[in-house]
Amino acid sequence: MGSQEVLIEAQQLTKKFDDFTAVDHIDFKVYKGECVGFLGPNGAGKTTTVRMMYCFLPPTSGELTLAGLSVNKQCREIKSIVGVAPQEENLDPDFTVTKNLTVYARYFDIPKDEALKRANEQLKFFQLEEKREVPIAALSTGMKRRLIFARALLNQPQILLLDEPTTGLDPQARHLAWDEVRNLKKQQVTIILTTHYMDEAAVLCDRILIMDRGKIIEEGKPAELVRKHIGEEVLEVDYDEKLLPTLKEAFPDARFERLGDRMQIFTDKPHGVFEGFLKEHSMQNVTIRTANLEDVFLKLTGRGLREE
Amino acid sequence: MTSTNIRRSPARFSIPKLTYRVWKVWHRNFDVFMKTIKVNFLPSLLEPILYLLAFGYGLGGFIQNIGGQPYINFIAPALVAIAVMNGAFFECTFGSFVRMYYQKTFDAIVATPVSVEEVVAGELLWGATRATINATIVLIVIAVFRLITSPLFLLVPLIAFFGGLMFASIAMCFTALAPDIDFFNYPSFLFVTPMLFLSGTFFPLTSLPSAAQATAMAVLPLTHIVNIARGVVAGHTEAILGLNPQMLLPISIAWIVLVTIFFFIVSINLMKKRLTG
Ligand SMILES: Nc1ncnc2c1ncn2[C@@H]1O[C@H](COP(=O)(O)OP(=O)(O)O)[C@@H](O)[C@H]1O
Ligand SMILES: [Mg+2]
Repeated sequence: MGSQEVLIEAQQLTKKFDDFTAVDHIDFKVYKGECVGFLGPNGAGKTTTVRMMYCFLPPTSGELTLAGLSVNKQCREIKSIVGVAPQEENLDPDFTVTKNLTVYARYFDIPKDEALKRANEQLKFFQLEEKREVPIAALSTGMKRRLIFARALLNQPQILLLDEPTTGLDPQARHLAWDEVRNLKKQQVTIILTTHYMDEAAVLCDRILIMDRGKIIEEGKPAELVRKHIGEEVLEVDYDEKLLPTLKEAFPDARFERLGDRMQIFTDKPHGVFEGFLKEHSMQNVTIRTANLEDVFLKLTGRGLREE
Repeated sequence: MTSTNIRRSPARFSIPKLTYRVWKVWHRNFDVFMKTIKVNFLPSLLEPILYLLAFGYGLGGFIQNIGGQPYINFIAPALVAIAVMNGAFFECTFGSFVRMYYQKTFDAIVATPVSVEEVVAGELLWGATRATINATIVLIVIAVFRLITSPLFLLVPLIAFFGGLMFASIAMCFTALAPDIDFFNYPSFLFVTPMLFLSGTFFPLTSLPSAAQATAMAVLPLTHIVNIARGVVAGHTEAILGLNPQMLLPISIAWIVLVTIFFFIVSINLMKKRLTG
């Protein structure tokens, strides 16, 4: 968990591309040692925010500081203490796996022997040892993402920016990445993580910021957000018009939502309220589950698809 | 800290601030070059040999001496100059564009303490290095053909580096403006190819009217590299616009220095604008 030392702070941070506002006057703080998840539909502005953090894009207006350093003036210092795993694959196709890491380390002035030592450690952890001398083109998508993660750790960063680090990974590799995030949290590394996987955010992040259309629309601890917006339990059943009045009568405080031929009923009553009801009424294809972050996400950002 | 909301003016034109990190970008390209050195070496070696055989010996047999020297001796220094132009120009158009646009190499580097300006400057220095390597290979070829007649030829690598930096900087401006890789057909056919023939390379500029000579001196960078290359390899120059070498060489050197400084700064600014929006 985080301390009270603010490590990243944004004030009225804004990024415009011509007339389009991708990040719209956002404020947030991240404390030392925290893992903060940025969630949001495609185009919400997560990547743009992350890019401003490592000086890839200059803000249009507002303030952004990392470890007290301003992105407007102290980029070199910021970049030396930040590790970046970008969303877009940008490994160097002209080099092998190992050489990718050692050349990258050279940009940080890490001496050759030390660079090779760190590269080997990372390759071992990310299970890429057998691929050492292989060119990038011969790696699978999952291996490339792991190598990008490994590369972000070479400078032993205080702040780690992970932009969709697990997109395209199989479950094994995803868990490997999660383990590494947990290790780093133990070492007090401050982590910014964007993801489309709500389970990942719920497991790894101390705090969540939900972005939509360039604004931060909600923030809090994962469990608190679920309790605040959704409640405890969700009943999912086939949609049935005749059943609706009965359900509404039984659960007057619940929120109802229809999705095609399915229906969801959200309650903030303690666990077990649906079971009693089910004993007395027969219904088709019933599921009762615990409310989760995905429910929050869909409630707050809507179900409409965002095309990019 | 109070919340400020000052609208920052877009990145202004500036003299780039560069550190030793420029060489790290150069080093990256050098490592790739060394990996593929055999493929890189052969064309640079074969091309001047073919030129010398076809133009020097083949065509040269039908041509009278130029300024008292055989035709092959006339074109040899020009081949050095052409190697400078081609080496730097192609490295910083196609080469840099591929690294920037397709490989996202620049994106990866600017996440480290290396700045955008340093990435571009590193590319320019690498372009100049490629020019130097290519020109040196040509120099060796013409030495083997016994076409060097002045001890000043030892200055060729130095000239190639600065001439290469000029062409690299000009090329990088096209790269900053290129919407896609096919765009480079325009500068190749409208700029490089005409220069290849109209800069006193394969026929004397002095055989053209003085207006044409003045135009070549004013706007064709290759003319100046040819002048200097001829000065150091053959020991004399053409009397372009009636100027003797003591006048012509300082003019060409000054021209290259000014144009290089100008485009070096402009290209880095244009690339910075392209890469950081
Ligand atoms: N370089 C750019 N030029 C113009 N528009 C951009 C640029 N980068 C991002 N955008 C736009 O800004 C919005 C936010 O993008 P992004 O930050 O990538 O969103 P997210 O990572 O949340 O999916 C999108 O509408 C995207 O099209
Ligand atoms: Mg994104």
